[in-house]
Amino acid sequence: MADAAHIPDEAETRAKWGNFAFSPDTKKKADIYIGRYPAGRQQSAVMALLDLAQRQVGEETKTQGWLPVPVIEYVAQYLGMPYMRAYEVATFYTMYNLAPVGRYHVQVCGTTPCMLRGSDDIMAACKNRGLVKGATTPDGLFTLTEVECMGNCSSAPMVQINDDNYEDLDYDSMTAILGELADGKQPNIGTQLPGRHTVEPYGGPTTLKAMVDKNHDYRGEW
Amino acid sequence: MPKVTVDGLEIEVPAGATVLQACELAGKEIPRFCYHERLSIAGNCRMCLVEVAPGPPKPQASCALPATEGQIIKTDSPMVKKAREGVMEFLLINHPLDCPICDQGGECDLQDQSVAYGRGASRYDENKRAVTEKYMGPIVKTVMTRCIQCTRCVRFAEEVAGIEEIGAIGRGENMQITSYLERAVTSELSGNVVDLCPVGALTSKPYAFEARPWELKKTPSIDVMDAVGTNIRLDSRGRAVLRALPRINDDVNEEWASDKTRHAVDGLTHRRLDKPYVRKDGKLVAVSWAEAFDAVKAHWLGEAAVLAGDQVDCETMFAARALAGSAMLEGRQTGLTYDTSSLSAVNFNTTIAGVENADVILLVGSDLRREAALVNTRVQKAVRKKGAKVFAIGPVTDLTYKVEWLGDDLSALAKTPKALADALKTAERPAIIVGGGALRYEGVHGAALAFAKKYKLVREGWNGFNVLHFAAARMGGLMLGYAYDGGIKALAAKAPKLAFFLGADEVDYSLFAKTLKVYVGHHGDQGARHADVILPGAAYSEKSGTYVNLEGRVQRGERAVFPPGDAREDWAIFRALSDVLGKRLPFDSLDALRAEMAKAVPALGVEGLANYGWSEPKLSATVSGKIADYPVKDFYLTNAICRASETMQRCSAELVHGEEFLEAAE
Repeated sequence: MADAAHIPDEAETRAKWGNFAFSPDTKKKADIYIGRYPAGRQQSAVMALLDLAQRQVGEETKTQGWLPVPVIEYVAQYLGMPYMRAYEVATFYTMYNLAPVGRYHVQVCGTTPCMLRGSDDIMAACKNRGLVKGATTPDGLFTLTEVECMGNCSSAPMVQINDDNYEDLDYDSMTAILGELADGKQPNIGTQLPGRHTVEPYGGPTTLKAMVDKNHDYRGEW
Repeated sequence: MPKVTVDGLEIEVPAGATVLQACELAGKEIPRFCYHERLSIAGNCRMCLVEVAPGPPKPQASCALPATEGQIIKTDSPMVKKAREGVMEFLLINHPLDCPICDQGGECDLQDQSVAYGRGASRYDENKRAVTEKYMGPIVKTVMTRCIQCTRCVRFAEEVAGIEEIGAIGRGENMQITSYLERAVTSELSGNVVDLCPVGALTSKPYAFEARPWELKKTPSIDVMDAVGTNIRLDSRGRAVLRALPRINDDVNEEWASDKTRHAVDGLTHRRLDKPYVRKDGKLVAVSWAEAFDAVKAHWLGEAAVLAGDQVDCETMFAARALAGSAMLEGRQTGLTYDTSSLSAVNFNTTIAGVENADVILLVGSDLRREAALVNTRVQKAVRKKGAKVFAIGPVTDLTYKVEWLGDDLSALAKTPKALADALKTAERPAIIVGGGALRYEGVHGAALAFAKKYKLVREGWNGFNVLHFAAARMGGLMLGYAYDGGIKALAAKAPKLAFFLGADEVDYSLFAKTLKVYVGHHGDQGARHADVILPGAAYSEKSGTYVNLEGRVQRGERAVFPPGDAREDWAIFRALSDVLGKRLPFDSLDALRAEMAKAVPALGVEGLANYGWSEPKLSATVSGKIADYPVKDFYLTNAICRASETMQRCSAELVHGEEFLEAAE
């Protein structure tokens, strides 16, 4: 059944989050976002505010945060827009979590380039560590989601964990990253290949070699 | 005015028209699902593809493409045919083939257009998508698997109904239309999404599995649930009216109807009076017509009082007036006493369509949304589309648009608050709307007229003085003289020996303790309970009738079905009774009656807006006190027909009183 994620709107969610309000810190940030739009157009800041709200929920629950219905309603009210319109935005974008997640939200890219470069191994590494797709581990540490392209194809395969990307992964490096996170350490973010910095050609350039050190006019060689 | 060529035909189209409109002007049919004349353009169904040159060499969505000078549009080229077939095939990928069990079958846009523009067979053999049903309230039934995501319902809810409670959640294949958290949609107009839905995703819950459209007899009629005079079509089968649908009339209801208009019709078959009754020893006993007439004759002294209810037609009121032969006529059941010496001073002069153009509107004690839901949509349009400012005197209530509340103190009428005065200074088309309920307060009528004079609400080409009635019979009654000086109390003080109550269910019957009360009506409600003699009459669906709506528009409805049992059309009852009473009325047919009526009140003989001119009665303008509440307490239960309707009772319980209903497990 192709049904959208079910947002729990039970009494307990209402009871727990019914009194949600922006912390002074979040409020300050929220007002900066709102200030970027002309008066009367404050609704344009809804995406930023939903994100802020999700982060605040994350801080309060020591997880990556999610958007309970009362929190979405709070944001809508804050911006003076109908609940439905904020709710639509929250359900449209996958980076708003509509159900609680763990402390680390592991988002494995499974789109074609990553798949060709071995995202199946990454999934296997997650699975062997006890992560289940769409669920949170019993210790509350990891939530695993398979996502579509995150735009890191030249350093595929990749995962996004919370706000950081980990690229050029294989089974072992992925296992190591999950292990480090579980131990409370911060793994190196970005590419995991030794000697690679970002997405420059690995092992040195294979084309335009004459351009490496200085500008070179190729036109005469065509 | 750009000139375009459609299929070789050169036509001139109005500036700002779309290619789709240009094609329609040229007489070409363009299939569409998401495009709707009265809603904003979405352009998401892609069914209206046409070939346009100059432009990219591919079909373009005509609904969202402006027509420009020199365009060559083709609607019958092979490219267009192929494009339509392709779009239709995509739409049908996830649409279930359950037409035999779908209520939309027979009046389904998708069905019709797939026959006309589709490929004829499917090449798709994967699994179809399935979507859970959504709860949208007691009026709208959902089968969301059938939804093709045209978003007409979403746009209607936002733009016309003014409630942003329907939306599209999720994205891509997972996109779903739903009400907010699947709560009931709290609009008086929610039933309109059923008509708007081009497929069977949103269908009428009370009408579910009742009938197929081709089985129904369709009769044009006029709605009597409120004073708007919504043009409706009654669909009947056998002796029962199964549903009421709006007809298009841009001056009155556009193409909308309130939920009460649509769904009170099941009340027409409940609690009906189908036999004459006479009270004997304190108990109502069923009798023959002759016996009932004799009971009336026993109290007949040559004249009688007549009290008209909220839903009677002009013919009934005229026949009763002709028989009663007295000046004791009253239609304002709840005891209002406002001055009626000038009909223009109690009329909605701006007209329903005209109020859209107002730029500053003052509401005085009028809960527009419940008293005249379709006038409210016009005001909301004025606010949303044209930036009108609305001020209101009265208790705060949700009218679906932004209102500046001036408190409930009526003195604001005499001493204009600054915000309002400032807005009026620059206003070009200011209007005041005085609720019919506010007229019960001493001096409001005069103060409102003085206000209109002070701020020149009546000016060249614009009349901004409005009184908003909410009884379908009110304006017709006033034209026929159903207004007694001093109201119902003064009339009762004259202690008439005999009084006819024409479907009057809101009257305080204790005032008429010494009168023989003859109830001529169709439902066993308050009136019948207190009556001494009951003469069973016809409901609005069972008689041809003339109605005058709140703006003074004379409209005629036709008979859809016959009255039940021994009940008869009301005018015929008075005609028969007149024989018994020895005062034969001079008409033997409805046509003859109408001719007589037109002789007495010429305006009632012509359909269309009656011209009352403009004159102000001299009234005291001193006003004080507060508006305590609004007259319509429960939108769904305002008259005998809807009180007898199970659908309306359910709506009232759920939407007004907040009861929760569990859906039956399937």
